[in-house]
Parts: sequence; C-alpha cells; structure tokens
Amino acid sequence: MSLKPKHQRLALVGAAIVALLAAVMLAMWGLKDRAAYFVTPTDIAAGKVAPDRFVRLGGMVEEGSLSVNPDGVTHQFTVTDGPNKVVATYRGIPPSLFKEGGGVVAEGKLLTGGTFIADNILAKHDERYMPPQLGNAVAEHAAAETVAK
Amino acid sequence: MIAEAGLAALWIAAALALLQLFLAFLPQLESEGARNIRGVAIVQALPVVTAFACLIAVFVRTDLSVALVAANSHSAKPLLYKVAGAWGNHEGSMLLWVMILTLSGAALALLSRALAPRTLAATLGAQAALALGFYAFLLLSSNPFDRLNPAPMEGQGLNPLLQDPGLAFHPPTLYIGYVGLSVAFSLAVGALLTRDVGPALARAMRPWVLGSWIFLTVGITAGSYWAYYELGWGGWWFWDPVENASLMPWLAATALLHSVSVLAARGGLKTWTMMLAVVAFSMSMAGTFLVRSGILTSVHAFAVDPARGTFILGLLVLYVGAALALFAWRAQTVTEGTRFALVSREGALVLNNLLLSVILGIVFVGTLYPLFIEALTGEKLSVGPPYFNAVAGPLALLLAILLMVGPLLRWRRHDVRITGKLVVPMLIGAVALAGSIILAPDMSLLSRLGLTVGAALIPASLLPLFGRSLRRTPLATWGMVIAHLGVAVAMIGMASDSAFTKERLASARPGDRLVVGPYTVAFVGVAPVAGPNWTAVEALLRASRGDGSVELRPQARVFTSPPTETSEVALSTAWNGQLYAVIGQQREGAWQLRLWWKPFVTLIWLGGLMIASGGGVALLGRWWTDWRRRKVSE
Repeated sequence: MSLKPKHQRLALVGAAIVALLAAVMLAMWGLKDRAAYFVTPTDIAAGKVAPDRFVRLGGMVEEGSLSVNPDGVTHQFTVTDGPNKVVATYRGIPPSLFKEGGGVVAEGKLLTGGTFIADNILAKHDERYMPPQLGNAVAEHAAAETVAK
Repeated sequence: MIAEAGLAALWIAAALALLQLFLAFLPQLESEGARNIRGVAIVQALPVVTAFACLIAVFVRTDLSVALVAANSHSAKPLLYKVAGAWGNHEGSMLLWVMILTLSGAALALLSRALAPRTLAATLGAQAALALGFYAFLLLSSNPFDRLNPAPMEGQGLNPLLQDPGLAFHPPTLYIGYVGLSVAFSLAVGALLTRDVGPALARAMRPWVLGSWIFLTVGITAGSYWAYYELGWGGWWFWDPVENASLMPWLAATALLHSVSVLAARGGLKTWTMMLAVVAFSMSMAGTFLVRSGILTSVHAFAVDPARGTFILGLLVLYVGAALALFAWRAQTVTEGTRFALVSREGALVLNNLLLSVILGIVFVGTLYPLFIEALTGEKLSVGPPYFNAVAGPLALLLAILLMVGPLLRWRRHDVRITGKLVVPMLIGAVALAGSIILAPDMSLLSRLGLTVGAALIPASLLPLFGRSLRRTPLATWGMVIAHLGVAVAMIGMASDSAFTKERLASARPGDRLVVGPYTVAFVGVAPVAGPNWTAVEALLRASRGDGSVELRPQARVFTSPPTETSEVALSTAWNGQLYAVIGQQREGAWQLRLWWKPFVTLIWLGGLMIASGGGVALLGRWWTDWRRRKVSE
C-alpha cells in the first residue's frame, strides 16, 4: 500500500503522537507501583508503609544498636528518626561510612512482623555528599533532640 | 598571573562569540559575513583552549590561591590526578564543556565546505548563541579562576572515588558526545532558518551525529565499567539519575543517527529528523542541568548551589524553547519527503525511531518524576531498577527483534519474502530458549527473553552481508553489521550476568576456603600496604579451578586527604567470565569477604565497544567515499 505524501506525513505525525502517549501511559503505569517511596521510622510507626513494598528507609543508626550475627555478615541495627525506631537487618558488606550514630539509607522492604530487610545500604560517598532526603531526616532528628532537651 | 590570563582569555572568547552572532544575522553583510564568520569561529577556539591550559597549569602547580584548586586539590596528589582534577569539579568541567563546544564550532567552520554559505552562517550563528550562554554561565556564576585571599596552607583534596584513571577520560569522552550534538542542533536551526532542509544538510549533519554517538557510547560503556569495579556492588548499571542523564542523549542520538541516514540517502523524514536533532541536544543540556545543578544526589553532583542550577535551567529553557518555537514556525515550510511504503527499510527505521523515542520518554519521566513530585507535594520517592527494567526492558527487546528484520528490507517498498533468511536465527533463538529452560529453570523472564533474542540476533545481524561480495561491501554496511552484532553480544552478557551470577558472602579467617561458581578460593591472609596518599589492608586470595590458579588482592583503603575509606575491588578475568572480590570489615579475627562469579559479564562492555567501533567503521567509510568522490571530481 502506498499513501499520498500528505497522508503519509499525517500518518507519521499520528504515529509520533501515539508513541508519545504510549510512553507517558507506560511510564505512569510503571510508576504507580514501582516508585520506591522514601520513608522514615515515623511513617512505619504510623502504619503508612505496607509490608513487602519496595521502599527506602532513612534515618540514623542508633548508638549501641549495631550487632553482627554469628555468621559474621548479617548486620542488625535500629534505624531511628528521634521519636520512632525500626529494627533492620542487612546481609552483606555495608559501606565504610555505615556506623553507629551515622546516617543511613536502607533499600528493601518491611516484613509483616515489623522488621525491615535491607537489600542494599546506600553509600554516602564522602562528607560533601549527603542525599537531601537523608539531610532532611537528620535535620528533623536534630531538631527533635533539641526540643527533647 | 596564570589564573588572570585564563580569565582574560575567557572574556576574549565571549567577545568573539558575540561578534560571530552579529555577523550571522546582519543581513547587509550576508555574502561578506558568511566568509568572515568562519574565520571568527575558528579563531575563537584559541582563547578557550588557552583558558583551559591555564586551568590545568594552576592545578599542576597546586596554586592554592585559586579557590577551585584549594577546594579540590592537594599537593600530595599524583600528577595524573592533578591534571585530571582540573575537570573533576563543577567549574572545571563546565570550562571543558565550553571548550568542546567552541572546538566543535571551529571544526564545523573548517570542514563543512559542502554546505550553502547562508546555511553555514546561520548554523555558526546558532552555535555562537549557545556558546555565549555558557560563557556567561562561567564568567558570572562559575568562574574557575576565582582567587582566595588568604591562600590556605593545603588543599582539601579530591574525592578518593574520583582518584581513578577512569576519571581522566570518562568526563571528556562523555562531554565530546554531549557537545558534539550541539552541531546537529545548530545545523537544524540553521537549516530551518534558511529553509534548506534536505539531503545535503543531512550529509553535513551525519558525521557529527555519528561522532557524538560514538563518544557517548564509549563514555557510557566506560562509565558502566567504572561503576562496576569502583563502587564494589557488583552491578554495572544502577539506573542512577546521572547514568540516565547520559543515556537519554544516547537514545536520542541513536534515533537521530538512523533517521539522518534516511534523509541523506532517500530524502525522507525531513521534519522528524530536524525535530530529533533539537531533542538530542536538548537532552544533552538537560543532562548537564541534572548533573550540574545539584538537584540530584550522586558522586557526580559536585556542588549544591541553587543559583547555578537556576542559571543552567534558564539557558535550557531559552535554547530549547527558541528552537521548538522556530520548529513550530518553520515546520510547515519544509517540503514533503520522498514517499515510502509501510513495509520498507524506511518503515522499519520509523518504527526504530518510535521505539527509541518511547524508551527515551520512559527514562525521562522516570528520572524527573521524583523531582517533580517533591516540588509539587513535598513527598519524597525514588524510582529505580524495578520501574526501568519492567517498563523499558520489554521495549528494548522489541527493538532488538526489529533489528533482525529491518536491515534486510529494501528501500521504498519491500515485496520479497524474507522468512527463508531468518530460519537460522530463529532456530538458534529456539535452541537458546530451550537450553535456558532446561539448564536454568528459575531464570527471570526478561533475562530469558534477552538471552533468546540476543542469541538469535548474532546470526541475524550478519545477514546483510550474505549474498554480496564481501570485498565490495561498503564500509558503512560493515559498520552497521558490527554495531548490531555488538548489541547482540551486550544483550547476552546482560542476560548471563543477571541469570547466572553466583555469590558467596562469608566471614572468613586466613586459611579458610570458599567455593563460588567453578572456583575454590583460599583466603591466604591479610597484609598492610601503602600508596602515595592512602594506606590499606590487602587480602590475598588464591582462586583455583581446573585450569590453574590466580591471585586476587582486594583492598580496604583509607585516604588521608580528605579522610575517607573506600573499597578496592579485585577482579580476575577468564575467557568465560569474571571473579569479583571485595573485602569488608574485620571482626574477632575474621574478615568479611564477598565473592562473585559472573559468567560472561565482560560481554556487556565488549558489546558496547563493538557498537562504538561499528560507528567508527561507518564514519571512516563515509570519509573514504567523500574523499574519493572529491578526487574524481578534481
């Protein structure tokens, strides 16, 4: 089949518009349940985080909470944002800046029992780099502490 | 003095760019101006290169009275990183950006003899307008030559993650790719202004698109390998916004590369090609904005300064807006392209362009969505691999399937059956599919399909060579075949890595043995080692399998300036994969060790390099043909 030039151009424009719409609709469909929300322990305490959903949990590693299981590679720690806490576990080699009292962003999901299983601990590459989400969580935490005192 | 000379050179370059813009748009100078403007464009390169040389000089001498050096360098740094450190920061990298932009303009003025003088003048005018904006950005808000008074005793050092030979080449390579697309953009603007859209323009644009695309491909491949061995997570692509910032121009350039060929060879897809040229460079600028504005968080985000982000965003909106307005105004005047049937080479290339555009749209939305949502509702979220793999992955597979058929179709109208030719690829694909189901029943669907399509694509990508004399096959065809074969090789590598990787994570004491994949790894011991500006704990691992043993020495490094800990991965490459070792922390005499056996993972980057070299072969072929044609006409 051969089209008249004018129709051919119209067909191409039509195809481009359909492709654009398809891209946006596919993207929105994909984002609906695949965007990982950044959550804090307070969100979890308020019941805002459904279990088994892929999320990023941000906060501080509580002092004295970090322990390593006998296998030597499973880490248990408590993530806190001041008022609330979540117990998390991570199997693997954490980045070197992962320390008690330091900030952390853990990627993973919440189990029904309330424990957070992290697949990945995001590295804070150096002192000049800080995720803004984490920056906010830490600032909120600091503010909460000041109020408590 | 050197810093002041560099600054002065930048001002001179900016003045020359202003002159170039005037020459392009003063109508009474039309004929005269067209001649002079080429000279101005060429001369402009001199002061910019001087400014860049000055910047390198202050870094090599570690002149701490220059604020940029004090903030990013250190006298105890190895020389290579002193030089590379010049562009391992915000201001320096922007100067590099502008230098490549100006050099591209100069090269365009020097090389594009076949273009109509009026179109060339308008193109160089557009190029000057681009350069002016970025000169203004450098001079007004990101001056790399700012002085610091008093000068500190010692610099703050360079982020240790960036102290890697890859840093010396990765940003310049990507920048050449990004900025080379500016020429395609300017050519489109010039042609729309002078109503000169046609095959001649496409032939002038093609080498620039091809060249930029080659550099982008190499840059992305190298960046992926860098992330793989430097970050120590064993992954090669993270769908990090900064990676997406380089992927988006690549997707647009890939589409443009294919459509500009249609325009050059057949005179079709005129309007569409102009649109893509505008989109491709817009993506480069959007990438620069995303990376340089500090709104993203990553190793690449050097400075968080909202004023700079706003400035780049302003430039982006100005240039893209102006180009799109021009496009909307002039698109009607572009003459009709040559007709073609739905089933034809052109038809397949249109489909290729549509698929690439949809993937581009998906990556674009996924990358900007979190920024958008946070600005709108304050809600924080991140979009990662689950989204991109699920949404863009199937489309990439469709594109690969199209790639088997497209090159076999004839131009204009295809009415011969090609199913006979595709029997071998389909058989090989079926064997791969059956094999994967039997050998690896729990493979993910996407990896399985990737493996199947990749295996079928290997013979299919060679089909255009069949039935013709290999000696008389044009180099451009060879280039296409090599690049398409590279796609198949990379796909197999990706599928194999995600499906067959074996991991062993353990806390081990010296003397322990760990089994990972085909290897038995003996942990011999640890020893302290020291480098020029770091100290480290180094583990000695001896990995053995049937055909002998290799030693791996992963390190946990501590850098002195700035004090930072990093992990140095140890890799051992075999013909059928890579062994990857990371050492973690020590606890009660035992060390955390993470070992991976990654079968055929190296095919990912081999494929990437094949894609780039296919582009190189095609570029050489075009040059050779042009040169011969000129010889004959003389």
